Amino acid sequence: MSTEPIIWLTIFILAIFVGVEVISKVSATLHTPLMSGANAIHGVILIGAILVAGTAQSTPILVLGLVAVVLASINMVGGFVVTDRMLIMFSRPRRELEKSVRRELDQ
Amino acid sequence: MTPAWAQLGYLAAAVCFIVALKGLSSPKTARRGNLIGAAGAVLACVIVFVVSDLNHLLPILAAIAAGTAIGVLGAYRVQMTQMPQLVALFNGVGGGAAAIVAIIELAELGASTEQVFDLIATAFTIVVGSVSFAGSVVTFLKLQELMTTRPVVFRGYPILYGLGLLAALALSVGLVTVPSMFFALMLAAVGASLGVLLVLPVGGADVPIVISLLNAFTGLTVAASGYLLENILLLVAGTLVGSAGALLTRLMANAMGRSLINILFGALKGGSTLGATTVSDRPVKAAGPADVAILLAYAQRVIIVPGYGLAVAQAQHTLRQLVDLLLERGTRVDYAIHPVAGRMPGHMNVLLAEAQVPYEQLKEMDQIDPEFKQADVALVVGANDVVNPAAETTPGAPIYGMPILHANQARQVVFMKRSMRPGFAGIENELLYEPTTTLLFGDAKDTMGKLLAELKALTV
Repeated sequence: MSTEPIIWLTIFILAIFVGVEVISKVSATLHTPLMSGANAIHGVILIGAILVAGTAQSTPILVLGLVAVVLASINMVGGFVVTDRMLIMFSRPRRELEKSVRRELDQ
Repeated sequence: MTPAWAQLGYLAAAVCFIVALKGLSSPKTARRGNLIGAAGAVLACVIVFVVSDLNHLLPILAAIAAGTAIGVLGAYRVQMTQMPQLVALFNGVGGGAAAIVAIIELAELGASTEQVFDLIATAFTIVVGSVSFAGSVVTFLKLQELMTTRPVVFRGYPILYGLGLLAALALSVGLVTVPSMFFALMLAAVGASLGVLLVLPVGGADVPIVISLLNAFTGLTVAASGYLLENILLLVAGTLVGSAGALLTRLMANAMGRSLINILFGALKGGSTLGATTVSDRPVKAAGPADVAILLAYAQRVIIVPGYGLAVAQAQHTLRQLVDLLLERGTRVDYAIHPVAGRMPGHMNVLLAEAQVPYEQLKEMDQIDPEFKQADVALVVGANDVVNPAAETTPGAPIYGMPILHANQARQVVFMKRSMRPGFAGIENELLYEPTTTLLFGDAKDTMGKLLAELKALTV
């Protein structure tokens, strides 16, 4: 792979425009889940953490790398799960909701 | 060199993330979008294990398991009302991870790397990752009310901040000319202090905007680490989050009618000194549940303004029953959802959706605000700042300029409040002292239950 900085810069700039474009029409209702979902996506730094931990040459570096792996997995997994929890509430069909309410009232 | 199939896999993951963000911007596709994003992340992790020649596999897998357990546990145990804090924490640890990755890269390759761009990216990741980490911790403390939610400013703050920025710049230059651990660790420390300083002067109500900003910061650090590690997926994913996060921050700030600069540094101009910390003893008109029930029973049009207090008291379900009863009686009822009701934009929609309030009854501000004039009763439940006229009348108030719901235009305003304590922004609400305003004191759930019982008695 070429590491020519200019190629990386090109990808970087194009990705900026994609990022702006895809969320430009978001409704205020979804600001919270969107923030949370975007937050989960940058948890992909986990890959970087795995790479540096997996190639560590000394114990202190390995330990530091493992800390990064733990932190990044919290970010990634927790982020996706909590976003899903929020979104379930938006998409549950009404009938199922009524059933669960009735169950609550019965108790 | 990464094989072509792995590159293609990374590309597929990057596409997943783009589709995920796109999906998250519309209610119908949001959940699927999020799941696609998660699938992309899993795919990327599988690829990195297969393609890279990694040592220490067992400890790494154990670390992933530990992080996953903590993340899932946190995500499932969190109350919907505490969502913003959790997002802040998740964001902070991501920023911290990026900073650590950059430091390790420097330690491993420091002596051998001559690339100026690599070192610039390293310095950037360390500083901004630390800012994000420390800033997120402070936002967490503020939202969890473990520290004051009021803006914290002190004499010499601008000088200290300026010095911090200069130090960060000088250390970065140092790191690029002489790559060394010393500079890297100093940079991390200075970055962390800058993160704390960045969030301290932000008032409680504005903190969510800062979370979104820090989210964008973390995205950019991930992009920079992608460049360092020559991993294109990290570059694309990080940049996506960086730019989408920056735009989202602006959208949120706009929803509050504020500029980002004003949110971050407004307190430095001494603007927030109006905050009332003491409980006022001015006379108000209080009533019991029975009186309010009669008021509601004879109203044709009721608009409910829900706030964070409603969710804290877990009164959403009772409120929904009250609304159902009113609808049965033929009253027109809507919920007026302020864009920043709750603790962050869109938070109230999540909270009410959890209570199974039908989506159609939730009206956005622009749509419902003109209707207050025709409303007989505006029932404000656990909200305060979003109906505070000070946002229009008091130029010095921290919420000045924020669009508000004009509940004061309704014929009668009923406030359900726990106490006379001011709202999250810490300012007195003049609306409480208006002659058309009635206060119904007590725990929202408890009072709402009594109100429901009284209304049922009137209905039979």
